[in-house]
Amino acid sequence: MESRIFDELREIVGPRGLITSREELHTYECDGLTNFRVLPRAVLLPDSTEQVQKIVRVCHREKIPFVARGSGTGLSGGALPVENGVVISLTRMNKILEVDIPNARVVVEPGVINLDVTARVAAQEYFYAPDPSSQSVCSIGGNVAENSGGAHCLKYGFTTTHVLGLEVVLADGSLVHLGGKSLDAPGYDLMGVFVGSEGTLGIATKIILRIVKRPECVQTLLAAFPSTNEAGAAVSDMIGAGMLPAAIEMMDNLAIQAAEAAVHANYPNCGALLLVELDGPVAEVAALMAHVDEICKKNGAWEIRVAQSDAERALVWKGRKAAFAAMGRISPNYIVQDGVIPRTELPNVMREIGRLSKEAGLRVANVFHAGDGNLHPLVLYDRRISGHEEAAEALSSKILELCIAAGGSITGEHGVGEDKKKMMSKMYTEPDLETMQRVRCAFDPLQLSNPSKVFPRPRLCGEKPGEYAAHPLETAGIAERF
Amino acid sequence: MDASVSPKRTLSSTFEADVREIVTAKYVRAAQVSDAVAGAQPSLLVEPGSEQELAKVLKLANAAGLAVIPRGGGTKLEWGNPPERADLILSTARINRVIEHAWADLTVSVEAGCTIAKLQDTAAKHGQRLALDALWPERATVGGVLSTNDSGALRLRFGSLRDLVIGITVALADGTVASSGGKVVKNVAGYDLPKLVTGAFGTLGVITRAIFRLHPLPKEMRTISCPTLNISEAQRLVLAIQNSKLAHSALQICCGTEMQPQVDVLLEGTEAGLNAQSAQLKLMAGEARQDHGTGEAWSKRQEIFSRAENDADNFSVAKFAALPAKIAETVEIIGRVAPSALRWSVVAQATGIGWVRMDGAASEIAPAMRRLRELLEGRGGSPVIVRRPAGMADLDAWGDSGDSLALMQAVKRQFDVRGTLNPGRFVGGI
Repeated sequence: MESRIFDELREIVGPRGLITSREELHTYECDGLTNFRVLPRAVLLPDSTEQVQKIVRVCHREKIPFVARGSGTGLSGGALPVENGVVISLTRMNKILEVDIPNARVVVEPGVINLDVTARVAAQEYFYAPDPSSQSVCSIGGNVAENSGGAHCLKYGFTTTHVLGLEVVLADGSLVHLGGKSLDAPGYDLMGVFVGSEGTLGIATKIILRIVKRPECVQTLLAAFPSTNEAGAAVSDMIGAGMLPAAIEMMDNLAIQAAEAAVHANYPNCGALLLVELDGPVAEVAALMAHVDEICKKNGAWEIRVAQSDAERALVWKGRKAAFAAMGRISPNYIVQDGVIPRTELPNVMREIGRLSKEAGLRVANVFHAGDGNLHPLVLYDRRISGHEEAAEALSSKILELCIAAGGSITGEHGVGEDKKKMMSKMYTEPDLETMQRVRCAFDPLQLSNPSKVFPRPRLCGEKPGEYAAHPLETAGIAERF
Repeated sequence: MDASVSPKRTLSSTFEADVREIVTAKYVRAAQVSDAVAGAQPSLLVEPGSEQELAKVLKLANAAGLAVIPRGGGTKLEWGNPPERADLILSTARINRVIEHAWADLTVSVEAGCTIAKLQDTAAKHGQRLALDALWPERATVGGVLSTNDSGALRLRFGSLRDLVIGITVALADGTVASSGGKVVKNVAGYDLPKLVTGAFGTLGVITRAIFRLHPLPKEMRTISCPTLNISEAQRLVLAIQNSKLAHSALQICCGTEMQPQVDVLLEGTEAGLNAQSAQLKLMAGEARQDHGTGEAWSKRQEIFSRAENDADNFSVAKFAALPAKIAETVEIIGRVAPSALRWSVVAQATGIGWVRMDGAASEIAPAMRRLRELLEGRGGSPVIVRRPAGMADLDAWGDSGDSLALMQAVKRQFDVRGTLNPGRFVGGI
């Protein structure tokens, strides 16, 4: 990059908004997935939509790729810089612009922290529902890029459920408004496609969120089971009985031990722990909680506790939310995996994970959003032992293949990013991926916005769209579409 | 009607022969006058028997430069702008299976021609439902409901189709068959194409299959209807209920030139829960009627479309979107723009989505709708005209689609560069 470009960028964001020194750039070389690292040429810290537009116009003119970044907590390398590109950090755009309680809308800039939205509307007894475990540090802009989930999306849905409108800077620097404060704006649901597009379609600079009224009461039950099989059967019975709890979380013994060691959540030491949260009107929750209790007992729970106070409930959740980081207590290194299976496949997939774990000689701890089949197997290893890291990566990939074979997905909430783009061809056929990239070509024909992420092979936008050809596996009758 | 129908084109005999080859002669026929689409008369009607057949026919039509109108149950075919051209109707009537009801996973996979009623019957066998109260479920198909993004009162609690559809397969104009999403509820792998094609009016591709998440059927349901004195009081009650801790499933206001505003609330849950909530609601609403079974209030949206008694073609229906706290203001605007000779009625949901019907002469409805659009767009809302009498064909159905129109057109070019699918029916000439 020539110095005149640096000068131009400095002119836009001011001297304090441009980082070019090597030491400082290291802060931005990776996100929450630390095994991929790339040093960007520069980091820009704009504080307004206009600045973002100006930066992007320069990038477009000079064909410099750019990567937008929020708090950098992503777990799939979505905010990993690209070679010879710049990072546009949105942390300075952190204002809550508007709170509209009667219409249950909040308008924010992308750098606003997830939990701060709830804090802002808590006095009126509203909350912002998507709650990724990193919610005290992750940004709304990052949540939009990744379509972040969380423990409560079983009932409340994902980020996409709660985003109503976006202001977006496209890759050529132009500004568009997608969706809006009122619903069903005429036209294609481009907002729906943008959410979860992992920064590949442009940069969101303003976000209209929907907030939710706090339920009358919340109750959290903790049940100890001999193994994940019994706990899984209890989950199936709850769903079968027509219940839709706010959250159903499961942890296996290894995960419980780690969480205990880290935050002393006072979990019973058991084969599998189920955490069930119900919320709603008092009478409704009371009736359903009695039923949940019965189902847990019937499926062999030997200890059942209901959190008696907000403090107790907070502690129960603290253990769960700290589970990933807690692995550091029981293993020097670990890989966080994120896969989804149809919930009914849980016993089979768990058995297979157990087998693969034994085969590889590596421990796997399991933390799940059990209600929606979202697994987070944590593969434990020791980098100092030669061959361990490779074996752990291989095992982690095999677990994802299990998820695909079970009819599931390679990611439920962490995104594809850099990490899983190769797996995309195992989940989707060429025509599927090629069709998705048509959207990319409409938004960003030069492919400057977070290039080389999500898709295993970029499609040239001038390329003539091909016609349908069956995937080799399909032709061989091994795989079926979907 | 016949007089306004554009003359049909003669299609090449090789094209017809090739289509017969694909679907057999039995499922190809000349289009009738009754197959006309908002004034455009197609030449041919084809009913493929499978997704592959449909994609092949579509590819042929695309190569031949024909305009293709996808059709499900045909219940909402008049929605949108009249097509610029219409040569071939591609019907999904025979592609109508329920592929899999994975009841223990609360998902269902269906073909596009499956009716909503058939889907609901299948789900109900295991105490489940697609939590969507679509219009005309007996005839409306999955593909048509998705393409028009139809949603009813349950949207308040369960979201719209974009929140319920988790996987989709579409046939693109060039014959590509592509899937996105899958059969798990939580999935962020790749772009969310189910959302892109939902509400796209078939202009990006023909939906051939969809997978939905299901919800358990409620144990008990109860509707409580509260008459109010005027629209401001109705609005206040709706906002109070929204700001309360009630866990209602639906909430709407109905009113009109011949009806005092009434607020309907749908409660679902256990009996104990409903008793407690009904009591709470009555404290808020004062006088209220309870309807324990029939749920009559919830068919009002569909009634708004019913033909006049003499079957006269003298009414128009628009869907509007306003902010939830601006429903009263919107209704007042409707009252203002409608001249006294027009009768009107409104069903508005607490989400801010509503439906307005105006009865009268087209020459009076058209200016009233234009004025309504002007006033609502100025407030960040949007009326979309979905039903209109013959004399109103030149009134754009959509109105302003904002600063992202160029981007929408770029998406359209990527998916259907020749403008084969439903040309001219969507926003901004798409």
